[in-house]
Amino acid sequence: MARTAVPGRLTNRAGWRVARLVDRRRETDTAATLVLDVPGWPGHQPGQHVDLRLTAEDGYQAARSYSISAPVDGDRVEVTVQRVPDGEVSPYLTGVFAVGDPVELRGPIGGYFVWRVTDTAPVLLVGGGSGIAPLMAMIRARGLAGSRVPFRLIYSVRTARDVYFADELRRRARDDHGLDVTYRYTREAPAGSPEPARRIGVADLNTHGWPPEFEPTCYVCGPTGFVERVADMLVALGHDPRRIRTERFGPTGG
Amino acid sequence: MTEPDPGQPGTDHLDGNMLAGPLAEVFAVDVTTATGRCASCGRTGPVAGLRVYARAPGVVARCPACEAVILRLVRTPTSAWLDLRGATFLRVPMPAEPLMMPGPTSPAM
Repeated sequence: MARTAVPGRLTNRAGWRVARLVDRRRETDTAATLVLDVPGWPGHQPGQHVDLRLTAEDGYQAARSYSISAPVDGDRVEVTVQRVPDGEVSPYLTGVFAVGDPVELRGPIGGYFVWRVTDTAPVLLVGGGSGIAPLMAMIRARGLAGSRVPFRLIYSVRTARDVYFADELRRRARDDHGLDVTYRYTREAPAGSPEPARRIGVADLNTHGWPPEFEPTCYVCGPTGFVERVADMLVALGHDPRRIRTERFGPTGG
Repeated sequence: MTEPDPGQPGTDHLDGNMLAGPLAEVFAVDVTTATGRCASCGRTGPVAGLRVYARAPGVVARCPACEAVILRLVRTPTSAWLDLRGATFLRVPMPAEPLMMPGPTSPAM
């Protein structure tokens, strides 16, 4: 095992490194995917995140966690960032941050909210708003690996305009065998939608998820209230709490 | 994951997943996959499932059942202060390593 000059430090996992913006893709009016070049990136698992840190001229630092939204691709790391009004970090990252600009990055981190392409259990993904980001990394990794593990995604989102990765999800739902995608619009359902806008409920999880007897692994990511509601409903439906993986964050979207 | 929105009531906490980065500075293993027991109510669950309040000088992780403080971590320029008094134990998943197993030691010892 490599030892460095830092006492007690066994790996570089905790170290900050400098990444640079290579490309920025618009996802919605308020969200963008940042493609970062991270020299020496060791690779990551779908569902892991990175911490990004900004330093102001006066030395003030602010760090935030962002989910990685794409599978391993050399030194390229993609994170999808929702702009939070009055936020300290996200307005900069989605607006001012320009191609070629540096940002400090730490990761990959988190071993809990992770799907591995070697996992064989059926998977239910439930995303609320920007909580789709780590789930998208899992869907893309599954496609890349040619995995046949059955995936179902239930994506709770305010309106059709707020859907991240809209074109790609439409294409994958058609082309990726064994991937089902269901949308639950919470503020405004698009024209021709079979149901009016409403919050996600037990019927959605029952109809578009897996029966508990299939012993699926359930990944739930979104705002805190959304995650707790969905996790409670899954438990009530008979899913083993140990197979429900959750990741919460602040802004609403689902 | 993204930054919390201070304007949203009831969404002022994150979860234990966000501890992975700060704790990676201290531990060689990913502590968020560890199982911990709350010293207050006895609930056992993954560190990733704790409620984390990060809008403080440091981070405070509370039990999702009884809200007792399980872990506090404060990073100063030269030190990391870790207060784990709210956890009875942390069980950390490890790869199989026979020499490290608890139990009777070999005669050579």
